[in-house]
Amino acid sequence: MNYTWNWGIFLEPSPEGAGSYADMLLSGLAWTVVTALCSWAIAFTLGSVVGVMRTLPSRTANAIGAAYVEGFRNVPLLVQMFLWYFVLPELLPARLGAAVKQMPDAPFYTAVLCLGFFTAARVAEQVRAGIRALPRGQAQAGLALGLTWAQTYRAVLLPNAYRIILPPLTSEFLNNLKNTSVALTIGLLELTARARSMQEFSFQVFEAFTAATLLYVALNLVVIAGATLLERRVAVPGGR
Amino acid sequence: MRLKAALLLTALAAAACSPAHAQDLTGKDLTGTLKKVREARAITIGHRDASVPFSYLDGNQKPVGYAYEICLKVAEAVKAHLKLDTLEVRLNPVTSATRIPLIANGTIDLECGSTTNNADRQRQAAFTNTHFLTATRFVAKREKGLDKTDHLKGRTVVSTSGTTNIRQINEINTARGLGMRILPAKDHAEAFLMVETGRADAFVMDDVLLAALVAGSKTPDAYAISSEAQSRPEPYGIMLRKDDPAFKAVVDAATAALYKSPEGTALYEKWFTQAIPPRGINLKLPMSEAMRKVLANPSDSPDPAAY
Amino acid sequence: MLAGLDLSVVADSLPYLFGEGMVFTLTLTALAASGGIVLGTGLALLRLSGVPGLTHAAKLYVELMRSLPLVLVIFWFYFLVPYLGAWAIGADTPIRVGAFASALVTFTLFEAAYFSEIVRAGIQSIPKGQSAAARALGMSYAQVMRLVVLPQALRNMVPLLLTQTIVLFQDTSLVYVLSLTDFLGAASKVAQRDGRLVEMYLFAALVYFAVCFAASLLVRRLQARTAIAR
Repeated sequence: MNYTWNWGIFLEPSPEGAGSYADMLLSGLAWTVVTALCSWAIAFTLGSVVGVMRTLPSRTANAIGAAYVEGFRNVPLLVQMFLWYFVLPELLPARLGAAVKQMPDAPFYTAVLCLGFFTAARVAEQVRAGIRALPRGQAQAGLALGLTWAQTYRAVLLPNAYRIILPPLTSEFLNNLKNTSVALTIGLLELTARARSMQEFSFQVFEAFTAATLLYVALNLVVIAGATLLERRVAVPGGR
Repeated sequence: MRLKAALLLTALAAAACSPAHAQDLTGKDLTGTLKKVREARAITIGHRDASVPFSYLDGNQKPVGYAYEICLKVAEAVKAHLKLDTLEVRLNPVTSATRIPLIANGTIDLECGSTTNNADRQRQAAFTNTHFLTATRFVAKREKGLDKTDHLKGRTVVSTSGTTNIRQINEINTARGLGMRILPAKDHAEAFLMVETGRADAFVMDDVLLAALVAGSKTPDAYAISSEAQSRPEPYGIMLRKDDPAFKAVVDAATAALYKSPEGTALYEKWFTQAIPPRGINLKLPMSEAMRKVLANPSDSPDPAAY
Repeated sequence: MLAGLDLSVVADSLPYLFGEGMVFTLTLTALAASGGIVLGTGLALLRLSGVPGLTHAAKLYVELMRSLPLVLVIFWFYFLVPYLGAWAIGADTPIRVGAFASALVTFTLFEAAYFSEIVRAGIQSIPKGQSAAARALGMSYAQVMRLVVLPQALRNMVPLLLTQTIVLFQDTSLVYVLSLTDFLGAASKVAQRDGRLVEMYLFAALVYFAVCFAASLLVRRLQARTAIAR
């Protein structure tokens, strides 16, 4: 094989001057984590709202929720990324569009919004399934106790539903984490992008990608361990 | 074990897609790329999307350009050298970021574009004789009045990922503490678009490519290329796999003969001083004295001082 | 603002968008889905085989693939496949693998991990008593799987496999990072050449939506049907 291995490459200074290649990859890791967490905050909140809308006894709320989910689920993430980044600013009033484009770290904000709205559609489906899985008596009991619909959801239905859907939510969280790499197409310097720049600067393709692979695997393990802890922590004593 | 079986399956699928493994006894004394080309009766050219006028897609999305035509001539020379009746020329699109790995891993045999030949890259790939000289500069909207490197202080700057230019601007950024935000773009067209749409203040690239992008834009007068260069003029070469002297000798001989002949000059004039597809723009870049020397004395040196 | 859209750029590029781009996307989707389902079934069978080495190897493969972003895997394989090919057939130089073949290998191997999880769940949904009964009748593991478990399991899995194929169809757009001409790649090449990003990306989104939405409606109808038959 005419490939020259050089595992010492990580300690060599990167041409960006801000440290070694290892530092470059770690800064990418940090961007990946921050982007994933910020977009998850949007996805979880918005996804819960949309998911709840789809279980409400209102037709309009149902229709809006369904339209949201279908819209965001049936267009590839990469296309959505381009819509947010290239198309949206052009459709805004000229002044505002220009301001959006000149924002520092525009790729980061765009990626957070795009991933947040995209993942929200998936979270909504899980939340809906979780609420549907609950016995109907729970909502009826809540209402019979004199709780309003909002109180019933907040105090009775959602806490139970979230417990049921914790495993699928964990895997949506992991998907969201992996999906941050799509944002490299709009210039976000996350882990995959940094591995690619390292390859371009140093020409050590396989070392760079191996390191990125290991970092992603480690991130996954951390998330799974965290989710297991959380699951144990929130388990209802004696329940199931 | 399962993995190996999966990989084997993969490889078989891949091998089925290329007849390169076919035995050909007549070619057994050949080595490397020549052997591969002989067995497959095909050579693969890597071309670019938007390296005007070196290698880019015309109105019908077919590759054209100065470097692309040079590669076609090289392919003819390889065909003659191997005494083949037919030689299929396969095309594979590459980007600045993928070209070097794709040369190394055998996906493409010749990379025809605007690839700077430097000592760093010589460790990964080989280059044949230089076909152009160009320095790094930047383009910005004229109204912004950016003309010198220092004007980029604190600005958002874009360059194409995988190029020498993005490396140079990163180094300048650190050395002079300019605090620029440097974004990588996938290809030159995308990078220029970032300047056009206001996503970035400037695009740092080889000046010849910038000139072509400006000439081809909707409003050429709205852009200005910096007067200060960020590098010396550096040589462009067609890239080959390294450690393959037999193939390099054939390509070197073919390009040297072409550049020294009137055909080489005619090729230059066709792409740099006449209307080119797809929109019939004319780059109006008559041959410089340095360029005349490059063609008259073919050299594959990566050292800018040699030119 | 939307009134200012230049739809002629879309109309002019239709033959290129569909004749080249969509054909690439659909071919890649169909081949990778078929390969992925076959390989995924193999992985699922290995994982459920109970043979320690095989179970672990299959599990490791599936978990590894599922923990990596597709973009990274695309880069990996685009650069790695020729070396793997050379190693597998014992050649001393990397073999030439075209961009399409490389993408096909990538998506097949990547999606196989996801398909295998669907198949595994499908197999596990068949009551244990059935395979125990078949084993008691003297059938081998292979016979039990082929004659008893897989025919039922596959039938239950069809909707999920198709849904995953729709996901795969969307995922193929990521070959954009290699500058290949899939549907999105074609749209973005036209968009950049003519400076018509808004029109081309909106049109691409619309086409993807129409295809995926129609396909998912079909899957839902199919699901309703198989549910009754069960």
